[in-house]
Amino acid sequence: MAIDAATVRKVARLARIAEPEDRIEPLARELSGIMDWIEQLAEVDTDGVEPMTSAVAVAAPMREDVVTEGGDSARVLSNAPKTVGGFFVVPKVVE
Amino acid sequence: MSNLTSLTLKAALTGLADKSFSSVELTQAHIEAVAAAKPLNAYVLETPDKALDMAAASDARRAKGQAGALDGAPLGIKDLFCTEGVRTTACSNILGNFVPTYESTITANLWRDGAVMLGKLNLDEFAMGSSNETSAFGPVVNPWRAQGSDAKLTPGGSSGGSATAVAADLCLGATATDTGGSIRQPAAFTGTVGIKPTYGRCSRWGVVAFASSLDQAGPIAKTVEDAAILLKSMSGHDAKDSTSLDIAVPDFPAFVGKSVKGLRIGIPKEYRVDGMPAEIEQLWEKGIAWLKDAGCEIVEVSLPHTKYALPAYYIVAPAEASSNLARYDGMRYGLRVEGANLTETYENTRAAGFGTEVKRRIMIGTYVLSAGYYDAYYVKALKVRRRIADDFDQAFQKVDALLTPTAPSAAFALGENADDPVAMYLNDIFTVTVNLAGLPGMSIPAGVDHKGLPLGLQLIGKALDEGTLFSLGGAIEKAADFRAKPSRWW
Repeated sequence: MAIDAATVRKVARLARIAEPEDRIEPLARELSGIMDWIEQLAEVDTDGVEPMTSAVAVAAPMREDVVTEGGDSARVLSNAPKTVGGFFVVPKVVE
Repeated sequence: MSNLTSLTLKAALTGLADKSFSSVELTQAHIEAVAAAKPLNAYVLETPDKALDMAAASDARRAKGQAGALDGAPLGIKDLFCTEGVRTTACSNILGNFVPTYESTITANLWRDGAVMLGKLNLDEFAMGSSNETSAFGPVVNPWRAQGSDAKLTPGGSSGGSATAVAADLCLGATATDTGGSIRQPAAFTGTVGIKPTYGRCSRWGVVAFASSLDQAGPIAKTVEDAAILLKSMSGHDAKDSTSLDIAVPDFPAFVGKSVKGLRIGIPKEYRVDGMPAEIEQLWEKGIAWLKDAGCEIVEVSLPHTKYALPAYYIVAPAEASSNLARYDGMRYGLRVEGANLTETYENTRAAGFGTEVKRRIMIGTYVLSAGYYDAYYVKALKVRRRIADDFDQAFQKVDALLTPTAPSAAFALGENADDPVAMYLNDIFTVTVNLAGLPGMSIPAGVDHKGLPLGLQLIGKALDEGTLFSLGGAIEKAADFRAKPSRWW
Protein backbone atom coordinates (compact mmCIF):
# COMPACT_ATOMS: atom_id res chain seq x y z
CA MET A 1 0.00 0.00 0.00
CA ALA A 2 1.96 3.00 -1.22
CA ILE A 3 1.16 6.38 0.25
CA ASP A 4 1.33 9.03 -2.46
CA ALA A 5 1.93 12.76 -2.26
CA ALA A 6 -1.78 13.57 -2.36
CA THR A 7 -2.41 11.30 0.63
CA VAL A 8 0.46 12.90 2.56
CA ARG A 9 -1.04 16.35 1.92
CA LYS A 10 -4.47 15.17 3.04
CA VAL A 11 -3.15 13.48 6.21
CA ALA A 12 -0.99 16.51 7.06
CA ARG A 13 -4.07 18.67 6.75
CA LEU A 14 -6.10 16.32 8.98
CA ALA A 15 -3.27 16.30 11.53
CA ARG A 16 -2.98 20.11 11.35
CA ILE A 17 0.72 20.02 10.55
CA ALA A 18 2.05 22.39 7.89
CA GLU A 19 4.47 20.30 5.81
CA PRO A 20 6.61 22.26 3.34
CA GLU A 21 6.39 21.11 -0.28
CA ASP A 22 9.93 19.67 -0.23
CA ARG A 23 8.98 17.32 2.61
CA ILE A 24 5.97 15.79 0.85
CA GLU A 25 7.81 13.29 -1.34
CA PRO A 26 10.27 12.17 1.36
CA LEU A 27 7.35 11.71 3.77
CA ALA A 28 5.45 9.68 1.17
CA ARG A 29 8.48 7.37 0.91
CA GLU A 30 9.00 7.11 4.68
CA LEU A 31 5.35 6.47 5.46
CA SER A 32 5.03 3.97 2.61
CA GLY A 33 8.06 2.11 3.94
CA ILE A 34 6.52 1.91 7.41
CA MET A 35 3.08 0.93 6.12
CA ASP A 36 4.59 -1.75 3.86
CA TRP A 37 6.25 -3.26 6.90
CA ILE A 38 2.96 -3.07 8.82
CA GLU A 39 1.15 -4.90 6.00
CA GLN A 40 2.36 -8.24 7.40
CA LEU A 41 -0.49 -8.03 9.92
CA ALA A 42 -2.74 -9.21 7.10
CA GLU A 43 -1.16 -12.69 7.58
CA VAL A 44 -2.74 -13.05 11.02
CA ASP A 45 -6.07 -14.85 11.17
CA THR A 46 -8.27 -12.60 13.29
CA ASP A 47 -11.66 -13.99 12.37
CA GLY A 48 -13.96 -13.83 15.36
CA VAL A 49 -11.34 -12.10 17.53
CA GLU A 50 -12.63 -9.31 19.73
CA PRO A 51 -10.52 -6.13 19.39
CA MET A 52 -8.49 -5.47 22.54
CA THR A 53 -9.22 -1.88 23.52
CA SER A 54 -7.63 -1.78 26.94
CA ALA A 55 -4.65 -3.43 28.57
CA VAL A 56 -6.51 -4.47 31.71
CA ALA A 57 -10.08 -5.70 31.69
CA VAL A 58 -11.67 -3.51 34.34
CA ALA A 59 -14.93 -1.58 34.24
CA ALA A 60 -14.62 2.20 34.20
CA PRO A 61 -14.93 3.45 37.77
CA MET A 62 -17.81 5.76 38.71
CA ARG A 63 -17.66 8.77 40.97
CA GLU A 64 -20.09 11.32 42.34
CA ASP A 65 -21.01 13.97 39.76
CA VAL A 66 -19.70 16.89 41.79
CA VAL A 67 -17.24 19.71 41.23
CA THR A 68 -13.84 18.63 42.55
CA GLU A 69 -11.67 21.53 41.50
CA GLY A 70 -12.15 24.88 39.87
CA GLY A 71 -12.40 28.60 40.38
CA ASP A 72 -8.68 29.02 39.82
CA SER A 73 -8.31 30.79 36.50
CA ALA A 74 -4.88 32.21 37.34
CA ARG A 75 -3.43 28.69 37.51
CA VAL A 76 -5.31 27.58 34.40
CA LEU A 77 -4.03 30.57 32.42
CA SER A 78 -0.50 30.62 33.79
CA ASN A 79 1.02 28.96 30.70
CA ALA A 80 -1.18 30.57 28.06
CA PRO A 81 0.54 32.20 25.08
CA LYS A 82 -1.95 35.12 25.22
CA THR A 83 -4.53 36.18 27.81
CA VAL A 84 -6.72 39.20 28.46
CA GLY A 85 -8.77 39.76 31.59
CA GLY A 86 -8.85 36.14 32.68
CA PHE A 87 -9.51 34.70 29.21
CA PHE A 88 -7.46 32.83 26.62
CA VAL A 89 -6.95 34.93 23.49
CA VAL A 90 -7.25 32.88 20.30
CA PRO A 91 -7.43 33.76 16.60
CA LYS A 92 -10.84 34.73 15.26
CA VAL A 93 -12.94 31.59 14.77
CA VAL A 94 -16.21 32.98 13.35
CA GLU A 95 -16.08 35.47 10.49
CA MET B 1 33.03 12.39 42.30
CA SER B 2 32.69 11.33 45.92
CA ASN B 3 31.99 7.91 47.37
CA LEU B 4 28.51 9.00 48.33
CA THR B 5 27.35 8.95 44.71
CA SER B 6 28.54 5.38 44.16
CA LEU B 7 26.24 4.05 46.88
CA THR B 8 23.15 2.07 46.00
CA LEU B 9 19.84 3.59 47.08
CA LYS B 10 19.54 0.93 49.78
CA ALA B 11 23.03 1.62 51.12
CA ALA B 12 22.39 5.37 51.07
CA LEU B 13 19.13 4.96 53.00
CA THR B 14 20.97 2.82 55.54
CA GLY B 15 23.72 5.45 55.83
CA LEU B 16 21.13 8.18 56.35
CA ALA B 17 19.36 6.10 59.00
CA ASP B 18 22.70 5.45 60.76
CA LYS B 19 23.51 9.18 60.61
CA SER B 20 26.74 8.30 58.74
CA PHE B 21 25.98 11.32 56.56
CA SER B 22 23.16 13.80 56.10
CA SER B 23 20.84 14.18 53.16
CA VAL B 24 22.39 17.61 52.54
CA GLU B 25 25.84 15.97 52.21
CA LEU B 26 24.48 13.18 50.03
CA THR B 27 22.57 15.63 47.86
CA GLN B 28 25.51 18.03 47.56
CA ALA B 29 27.71 15.18 46.33
CA HIS B 30 25.15 14.37 43.65
CA ILE B 31 24.72 18.01 42.64
CA GLU B 32 28.49 18.21 42.08
CA ALA B 33 28.49 14.97 40.08
CA VAL B 34 25.64 16.26 37.90
CA ALA B 35 27.39 19.58 37.32
CA ALA B 36 30.55 17.74 36.23
CA ALA B 37 28.70 15.46 33.79
CA LYS B 38 27.46 17.96 31.19
CA PRO B 39 28.97 15.98 28.26
CA LEU B 40 26.47 13.20 28.98
CA ASN B 41 23.51 15.59 28.53
CA ALA B 42 21.44 13.49 30.94
CA TYR B 43 19.76 16.38 32.73
CA VAL B 44 17.78 18.98 30.77
CA LEU B 45 17.11 20.98 33.93
CA GLU B 46 19.09 20.91 37.17
CA THR B 47 17.33 22.03 40.33
CA PRO B 48 20.18 22.22 42.88
CA ASP B 49 18.56 24.86 45.10
CA LYS B 50 15.33 22.94 45.31
CA ALA B 51 17.30 19.75 45.97
CA LEU B 52 19.21 21.30 48.87
CA ASP B 53 15.98 22.72 50.36
CA MET B 54 14.33 19.31 50.13
CA ALA B 55 17.45 17.68 51.62
CA ALA B 56 17.52 20.10 54.55
CA ALA B 57 13.82 19.46 55.18
CA SER B 58 14.55 15.73 55.07
CA ASP B 59 17.34 16.05 57.63
CA ALA B 60 14.95 17.99 59.88
CA ARG B 61 12.30 15.26 59.54
CA ARG B 62 14.85 12.57 60.30
CA ALA B 63 16.06 14.45 63.39
CA LYS B 64 12.46 14.38 64.63
CA GLY B 65 12.16 10.66 63.90
CA GLN B 66 9.68 11.20 61.05
CA ALA B 67 11.70 9.85 58.12
CA GLY B 68 9.80 8.17 55.25
CA ALA B 69 10.79 5.20 53.11
CA LEU B 70 12.92 7.29 50.73
CA ASP B 71 13.76 10.14 53.04
CA GLY B 72 16.74 12.17 51.91
CA ALA B 73 17.46 10.14 48.76
CA PRO B 74 18.28 12.30 45.69
CA LEU B 75 16.50 11.11 42.55
CA GLY B 76 16.29 12.19 38.91
CA ILE B 77 12.89 12.70 37.28
CA LYS B 78 12.23 11.98 33.60
CA ASP B 79 11.04 15.22 32.02
CA LEU B 80 7.75 13.56 31.11
CA PHE B 81 6.50 13.84 34.71
CA CYS B 82 4.82 17.14 35.55
CA THR B 83 6.51 18.80 38.49
CA GLU B 84 4.79 21.75 40.12
CA GLY B 85 6.66 24.98 39.53
CA VAL B 86 9.47 23.19 37.65
CA ARG B 87 9.63 23.36 33.84
CA THR B 88 8.35 20.21 32.15
CA THR B 89 8.91 19.82 28.41
CA ALA B 90 8.64 16.15 27.33
CA CYS B 91 11.82 17.30 25.49
CA SER B 92 9.62 18.91 22.85
CA ASN B 93 9.74 22.46 21.58
CA ILE B 94 5.97 22.52 21.54
CA LEU B 95 5.80 22.61 25.33
CA GLY B 96 8.43 25.34 25.35
CA ASN B 97 8.71 26.71 28.85
CA PHE B 98 5.64 24.94 30.22
CA VAL B 99 5.63 25.15 34.02
CA PRO B 100 3.01 22.83 35.54
CA THR B 101 0.83 24.16 38.33
CA TYR B 102 0.37 20.60 39.58
CA GLU B 103 2.45 17.57 40.50
CA SER B 104 2.19 14.13 38.88
CA THR B 105 0.85 11.49 41.25
CA ILE B 106 4.03 9.40 40.99
CA THR B 107 6.40 12.23 41.86
CA ALA B 108 3.99 13.33 44.62
CA ASN B 109 4.26 9.79 46.03
CA LEU B 110 8.07 10.01 45.96
CA TRP B 111 8.09 13.38 47.74
CA ARG B 112 5.53 12.04 50.26
CA ASP B 113 8.13 9.37 51.12
CA GLY B 114 10.84 12.01 51.52
CA ALA B 115 12.78 11.79 48.24
CA VAL B 116 14.82 14.74 46.95
CA MET B 117 14.62 16.00 43.33
CA LEU B 118 17.93 16.70 41.58
CA GLY B 119 16.37 17.78 38.28
CA LYS B 120 14.64 16.73 35.10
CA LEU B 121 16.06 14.05 32.81
CA ASN B 122 16.39 13.98 29.05
CA LEU B 123 14.27 11.68 26.86
CA ASP B 124 13.21 11.16 23.28
CA GLU B 125 10.61 13.77 22.35
CA PHE B 126 7.28 12.67 23.90
CA ALA B 127 9.05 9.35 24.65
CA MET B 128 8.99 8.48 20.94
CA GLY B 129 12.34 6.90 20.16
CA SER B 130 14.80 4.18 21.07
CA SER B 131 18.04 6.17 21.10
CA ASN B 132 17.26 9.52 22.78
CA GLU B 133 18.16 11.22 19.51
CA THR B 134 14.70 12.73 18.96
CA SER B 135 15.01 14.98 22.05
CA ALA B 136 14.75 18.72 21.40
CA PHE B 137 17.70 19.03 23.80
CA GLY B 138 19.92 16.72 21.77
CA PRO B 139 20.85 13.11 22.52
CA VAL B 140 22.04 11.73 25.82
CA VAL B 141 25.45 10.06 25.59
CA ASN B 142 25.88 6.62 27.13
CA PRO B 143 28.53 6.66 29.89
CA TRP B 144 29.67 3.29 28.51
CA ARG B 145 32.14 3.18 25.62
CA ALA B 146 33.33 0.22 23.62
CA GLN B 147 36.83 -0.88 24.62
CA GLY B 148 39.49 1.03 22.74
CA SER B 149 36.97 3.43 21.21
CA ASP B 150 35.77 6.90 22.10
CA ALA B 151 32.77 6.77 19.76
CA LYS B 152 29.62 8.16 21.37
CA LEU B 153 27.02 5.47 21.99
CA THR B 154 23.31 5.81 22.58
CA PRO B 155 21.99 5.02 26.07
CA GLY B 156 18.82 3.79 24.35
CA GLY B 157 15.47 5.42 24.67
CA SER B 158 13.19 6.83 25.42
CA SER B 159 14.36 6.95 29.05
CA GLY B 160 17.98 7.58 28.03
CA GLY B 161 18.51 10.38 30.54
CA SER B 162 17.16 8.23 33.37
CA ALA B 163 19.36 5.25 32.45
CA THR B 164 22.50 7.36 31.97
CA ALA B 165 21.97 9.29 35.20
CA VAL B 166 21.70 6.03 37.15
CA ALA B 167 24.62 4.33 35.37
CA ALA B 168 26.90 7.35 35.79
CA ASP B 169 26.02 7.84 39.48
CA LEU B 170 24.22 11.15 38.83
CA CYS B 171 21.31 10.10 41.07
CA LEU B 172 20.43 7.16 43.32
CA GLY B 173 17.52 6.16 41.10
CA ALA B 174 15.25 7.68 38.48
CA THR B 175 11.68 7.69 37.29
CA ALA B 176 11.08 6.47 33.76
CA THR B 177 8.20 5.44 31.50
CA ASP B 178 7.74 2.54 29.11
CA THR B 179 5.32 2.46 26.17
CA GLY B 180 7.17 -0.10 24.02
CA GLY B 181 10.42 -0.74 25.89
CA SER B 182 11.49 2.73 27.02
CA ILE B 183 12.50 1.59 30.52
CA ARG B 184 13.93 -1.83 29.72
CA GLN B 185 15.98 -1.17 26.56
CA PRO B 186 17.88 1.82 28.07
CA ALA B 187 18.42 -0.21 31.26
CA ALA B 188 19.96 -3.00 29.16
CA PHE B 189 22.17 -0.54 27.27
CA THR B 190 23.54 1.04 30.46
CA GLY B 191 23.95 -1.89 32.85
CA THR B 192 21.08 -0.77 35.08
CA VAL B 193 17.87 -2.40 36.35
CA GLY B 194 14.53 -1.25 34.96
CA ILE B 195 11.02 -2.50 35.58
CA LYS B 196 7.81 -1.69 33.77
CA PRO B 197 5.07 -2.80 36.14
CA THR B 198 1.64 -4.14 35.22
CA TYR B 199 -0.51 -1.63 33.37
CA GLY B 200 -2.50 0.23 36.03
CA ARG B 201 0.00 -0.31 38.86
CA CYS B 202 1.33 3.26 38.65
CA SER B 203 -0.89 6.27 38.07
CA ARG B 204 -0.52 8.01 34.73
CA TRP B 205 -1.94 11.26 36.12
CA GLY B 206 0.40 14.15 35.43
CA VAL B 207 2.61 12.09 33.10
CA VAL B 208 2.64 13.59 29.61
CA ALA B 209 0.62 11.12 27.51
CA PHE B 210 2.05 9.27 24.50
CA ALA B 211 -0.13 6.15 23.97
CA SER B 212 -2.46 5.87 26.93
CA SER B 213 -3.32 2.16 26.70
CA LEU B 214 0.40 1.28 26.66
CA ASP B 215 2.11 3.97 28.79
CA GLN B 216 3.26 2.83 32.20
CA ALA B 217 5.79 4.36 34.57
CA GLY B 218 8.44 2.56 36.57
CA PRO B 219 11.92 3.05 38.02
CA ILE B 220 15.44 2.67 36.64
CA ALA B 221 17.82 1.76 39.47
CA LYS B 222 21.27 0.44 40.30
CA THR B 223 20.07 -2.87 41.75
CA VAL B 224 16.99 -5.08 41.80
CA GLU B 225 16.39 -4.18 45.44
CA ASP B 226 16.63 -0.45 44.68
CA ALA B 227 14.08 -0.90 41.88
CA ALA B 228 11.76 -2.67 44.33
CA ILE B 229 12.09 0.14 46.89
CA LEU B 230 11.32 2.78 44.27
CA LEU B 231 8.42 0.91 42.67
CA LYS B 232 6.79 0.44 46.06
CA SER B 233 6.74 4.21 46.59
CA MET B 234 5.61 5.00 43.05
CA SER B 235 2.73 2.51 42.94
CA GLY B 236 -0.79 2.79 44.28
CA HIS B 237 -4.36 3.56 43.38
CA ASP B 238 -5.18 7.06 42.18
CA ALA B 239 -8.75 8.21 41.60
CA LYS B 240 -7.42 10.73 39.07
CA ASP B 241 -6.41 7.94 36.64
CA SER B 242 -9.43 5.81 35.72
CA THR B 243 -7.13 2.95 34.64
CA SER B 244 -5.25 2.94 37.94
CA LEU B 245 -5.92 -0.37 39.72
CA ASP B 246 -7.55 -0.19 43.14
CA ILE B 247 -5.48 -2.90 44.78
CA ALA B 248 -2.95 -3.03 47.60
CA VAL B 249 0.73 -2.43 46.82
CA PRO B 250 2.81 -5.48 47.82
CA ASP B 251 5.98 -5.03 49.83
CA PHE B 252 8.16 -5.41 46.73
CA PRO B 253 11.57 -5.26 48.51
CA ALA B 254 10.57 -8.30 50.60
CA PHE B 255 10.53 -10.39 47.41
CA VAL B 256 14.19 -9.72 46.64
CA GLY B 257 16.34 -12.58 47.94
CA LYS B 258 13.40 -14.97 48.28
CA SER B 259 14.01 -18.50 47.00
CA VAL B 260 12.96 -19.15 43.42
CA LYS B 261 13.15 -22.91 43.84
CA GLY B 262 10.42 -24.76 41.99
CA LEU B 263 9.37 -21.80 39.84
CA ARG B 264 8.71 -22.72 36.22
CA ILE B 265 10.43 -20.44 33.71
CA GLY B 266 9.25 -20.31 30.11
CA ILE B 267 11.68 -19.82 27.24
CA PRO B 268 9.72 -18.51 24.25
CA LYS B 269 11.21 -20.06 21.14
CA GLU B 270 9.97 -17.20 18.92
CA TYR B 271 12.44 -14.85 20.62
CA ARG B 272 15.33 -16.58 18.85
CA VAL B 273 15.31 -14.17 15.94
CA ASP B 274 17.43 -14.18 12.81
CA GLY B 275 20.54 -12.09 13.02
CA MET B 276 20.65 -11.99 16.81
CA PRO B 277 24.30 -11.69 17.92
CA ALA B 278 25.72 -14.97 19.24
CA GLU B 279 26.72 -13.20 22.43
CA ILE B 280 23.10 -12.43 23.25
CA GLU B 281 22.12 -16.01 22.55
CA GLN B 282 24.94 -17.15 24.87
CA LEU B 283 23.89 -14.73 27.60
CA TRP B 284 20.36 -16.07 27.37
CA GLU B 285 21.72 -19.61 27.80
CA LYS B 286 23.68 -18.44 30.82
CA GLY B 287 20.53 -16.92 32.29
CA ILE B 288 18.74 -20.22 31.81
CA ALA B 289 21.60 -22.05 33.56
CA TRP B 290 21.60 -19.58 36.48
CA LEU B 291 17.89 -20.04 37.08
CA LYS B 292 18.26 -23.83 36.79
CA ASP B 293 21.02 -23.71 39.39
CA ALA B 294 18.70 -21.70 41.61
CA GLY B 295 16.17 -24.51 41.43
CA CYS B 296 13.86 -23.31 38.65
CA GLU B 297 12.35 -25.64 36.11
CA ILE B 298 12.90 -24.55 32.50
CA VAL B 299 10.04 -25.04 30.03
CA GLU B 300 10.01 -24.21 26.34
CA VAL B 301 6.91 -22.22 25.43
CA SER B 302 5.50 -20.74 22.25
CA LEU B 303 4.24 -17.21 21.70
CA PRO B 304 3.29 -17.64 18.05
CA HIS B 305 2.25 -14.04 17.32
CA THR B 306 5.46 -12.44 18.59
CA LYS B 307 6.61 -11.24 15.16
CA TYR B 308 3.38 -9.28 14.70
CA ALA B 309 3.74 -7.34 17.93
CA LEU B 310 5.90 -4.53 16.52
CA PRO B 311 3.76 -3.84 13.44
CA ALA B 312 0.61 -3.93 15.62
CA TYR B 313 2.32 -1.54 18.05
CA TYR B 314 3.16 0.84 15.20
CA ILE B 315 -0.54 1.19 14.51
CA VAL B 316 -1.87 1.29 18.07
CA ALA B 317 0.76 3.63 19.54
CA PRO B 318 0.73 6.24 16.73
CA ALA B 319 -3.09 6.15 16.62
CA GLU B 320 -3.28 6.93 20.33
CA ALA B 321 -0.47 9.47 20.01
CA SER B 322 -2.16 11.34 17.16
CA SER B 323 -5.22 11.65 19.36
CA ASN B 324 -3.34 12.56 22.56
CA LEU B 325 -1.10 15.10 20.85
CA ALA B 326 -4.06 16.88 19.28
CA ARG B 327 -4.10 18.94 22.48
CA TYR B 328 -0.95 20.81 21.39
CA ASP B 329 -2.72 23.47 19.41
CA GLY B 330 -0.96 26.60 20.63
CA MET B 331 -4.04 27.98 22.34
CA ARG B 332 -3.81 27.22 26.06
CA TYR B 333 -0.13 26.53 26.72
CA GLY B 334 3.16 25.98 24.96
CA LEU B 335 4.35 27.32 21.66
CA ARG B 336 2.11 29.39 19.36
CA VAL B 337 3.15 30.36 15.83
CA GLU B 338 0.58 32.77 14.39
CA GLY B 339 -0.96 32.27 10.96
CA ALA B 340 -3.53 34.10 8.83
CA ASN B 341 -6.40 32.23 10.49
CA LEU B 342 -7.07 29.65 13.20
CA THR B 343 -6.28 26.59 11.06
CA GLU B 344 -3.04 28.11 9.84
CA THR B 345 -2.08 28.95 13.41
CA TYR B 346 -2.63 25.31 14.39
CA GLU B 347 -0.65 24.08 11.40
CA ASN B 348 2.25 26.48 11.89
CA THR B 349 2.41 25.84 15.63
CA ARG B 350 2.51 22.08 15.21
CA ALA B 351 4.96 22.22 12.29
CA ALA B 352 7.39 24.31 14.33
CA GLY B 353 6.81 22.60 17.67
CA PHE B 354 7.03 18.90 16.85
CA GLY B 355 10.20 17.14 15.71
CA THR B 356 10.51 14.85 12.70
CA GLU B 357 9.81 11.51 14.42
CA VAL B 358 6.83 12.87 16.36
CA LYS B 359 5.33 14.30 13.17
CA ARG B 360 5.93 11.00 11.39
CA ARG B 361 4.04 9.11 14.11
CA ILE B 362 1.19 11.61 14.22
CA MET B 363 0.88 11.22 10.45
CA ILE B 364 0.80 7.40 10.68
CA GLY B 365 -1.75 7.60 13.48
CA THR B 366 -3.93 10.04 11.61
CA TYR B 367 -3.71 7.88 8.49
CA VAL B 368 -4.68 4.59 10.18
CA LEU B 369 -7.59 6.28 11.95
CA SER B 370 -8.84 8.10 8.84
CA ALA B 371 -12.03 7.18 7.01
CA GLY B 372 -11.61 4.03 4.94
CA TYR B 373 -8.57 2.74 6.84
CA TYR B 374 -9.87 2.49 10.39
CA ASP B 375 -11.07 -1.12 10.13
CA ALA B 376 -8.27 -2.30 7.85
CA TYR B 377 -5.51 -1.02 10.12
CA TYR B 378 -6.63 0.14 13.54
CA VAL B 379 -9.25 -2.51 14.32
CA LYS B 380 -7.04 -5.17 12.74
CA ALA B 381 -4.16 -4.16 15.04
CA LEU B 382 -6.43 -4.33 18.08
CA LYS B 383 -7.40 -7.88 17.11
CA VAL B 384 -3.75 -8.85 16.68
CA ARG B 385 -3.13 -7.27 20.08
CA ARG B 386 -5.71 -9.65 21.54
CA ARG B 387 -3.93 -12.59 19.88
CA ILE B 388 -0.65 -11.50 21.46
CA ALA B 389 -2.25 -11.19 24.89
CA ASP B 390 -3.86 -14.64 24.44
CA ASP B 391 -0.42 -16.11 23.64
CA PHE B 392 0.81 -14.91 27.04
CA ASP B 393 -2.31 -16.21 28.80
CA GLN B 394 -1.67 -19.66 27.37
CA ALA B 395 2.01 -19.61 28.25
CA PHE B 396 1.22 -18.57 31.80
CA GLN B 397 -0.97 -21.66 32.22
CA LYS B 398 2.29 -23.59 32.16
CA VAL B 399 4.91 -21.25 33.63
CA ASP B 400 5.37 -18.61 36.34
CA ALA B 401 7.53 -16.21 34.34
CA LEU B 402 9.38 -15.90 31.03
CA LEU B 403 13.07 -15.25 30.40
CA THR B 404 14.23 -13.50 27.22
CA PRO B 405 16.95 -11.09 26.12
CA THR B 406 15.96 -7.43 26.63
CA ALA B 407 17.23 -6.04 23.32
CA PRO B 408 18.57 -7.55 20.10
CA SER B 409 21.94 -5.75 20.39
CA ALA B 410 24.17 -3.84 22.77
CA ALA B 411 24.24 -0.03 22.69
CA PHE B 412 24.82 1.24 19.15
CA ALA B 413 26.50 4.41 17.96
CA LEU B 414 24.58 7.68 17.94
CA GLY B 415 23.40 8.26 14.36
CA GLU B 416 23.64 4.60 13.38
CA ASN B 417 19.91 3.98 12.81
CA ALA B 418 18.86 7.58 12.33
CA ASP B 419 17.93 7.27 8.64
CA ASP B 420 15.88 4.11 8.89
CA PRO B 421 12.77 4.32 11.09
CA VAL B 422 11.94 0.61 10.81
CA ALA B 423 15.50 -0.45 11.81
CA MET B 424 15.15 1.80 14.86
CA TYR B 425 11.73 0.34 15.70
CA LEU B 426 13.21 -3.20 15.70
CA ASN B 427 15.09 -2.34 18.89
CA ASP B 428 11.88 -2.94 20.78
CA ILE B 429 11.23 -6.39 19.30
CA PHE B 430 11.54 -8.21 22.67
CA THR B 431 10.00 -5.53 24.87
CA VAL B 432 6.92 -4.31 23.01
CA THR B 433 4.86 -7.50 23.44
CA VAL B 434 4.65 -6.85 27.17
CA ASN B 435 3.14 -3.38 26.68
CA LEU B 436 0.50 -4.72 24.32
CA ALA B 437 -0.49 -7.37 26.88
CA GLY B 438 -0.24 -5.00 29.88
CA LEU B 439 2.19 -7.32 31.71
CA PRO B 440 5.17 -6.51 33.96
CA GLY B 441 8.67 -6.79 32.49
CA MET B 442 12.08 -6.22 34.03
CA SER B 443 15.57 -5.86 32.59
CA ILE B 444 18.55 -6.99 34.67
CA PRO B 445 22.19 -6.43 33.66
CA ALA B 446 23.67 -9.87 33.10
CA GLY B 447 26.99 -9.50 31.32
CA VAL B 448 29.07 -7.60 28.79
CA ASP B 449 29.76 -8.27 25.12
CA HIS B 450 33.21 -8.60 23.49
CA LYS B 451 33.50 -4.81 23.41
CA GLY B 452 32.79 -4.55 27.13
CA LEU B 453 29.29 -3.17 26.65
CA PRO B 454 26.48 -4.25 29.00
CA LEU B 455 23.73 -6.65 27.97
CA GLY B 456 20.44 -7.28 29.74
CA LEU B 457 18.09 -10.17 30.31
CA GLN B 458 14.36 -9.61 30.50
CA LEU B 459 11.89 -11.31 32.84
CA ILE B 460 8.20 -11.16 31.97
CA GLY B 461 5.62 -11.88 34.64
CA LYS B 462 1.92 -12.53 35.03
CA ALA B 463 -0.26 -9.48 35.52
CA LEU B 464 0.27 -8.06 39.03
CA ASP B 465 3.05 -10.55 39.77
CA GLU B 466 5.95 -8.08 39.98
CA GLY B 467 6.91 -9.82 43.24
CA THR B 468 8.00 -12.98 41.41
CA LEU B 469 10.01 -10.83 38.99
CA PHE B 470 11.83 -9.21 41.91
CA SER B 471 12.68 -12.67 43.33
CA LEU B 472 13.87 -13.97 39.96
CA GLY B 473 15.64 -10.70 39.15
CA GLY B 474 17.45 -10.96 42.48
CA ALA B 475 18.53 -14.51 41.65
CA ILE B 476 19.88 -13.46 38.23
CA GLU B 477 21.61 -10.43 39.73
CA LYS B 478 23.32 -12.63 42.31
CA ALA B 479 24.40 -15.26 39.79
CA ALA B 480 25.52 -12.75 37.14
CA ASP B 481 27.45 -10.78 39.76
CA PHE B 482 27.51 -7.87 37.33
CA ARG B 483 29.90 -5.31 38.83
CA ALA B 484 31.25 -3.57 35.75
CA LYS B 485 30.93 0.22 35.79
CA PRO B 486 31.61 2.67 32.99
CA SER B 487 35.01 4.27 33.45
CA ARG B 488 34.70 8.00 33.89
CA TRP B 489 35.67 9.91 30.72
CA TRP B 490 33.28 12.87 31.00
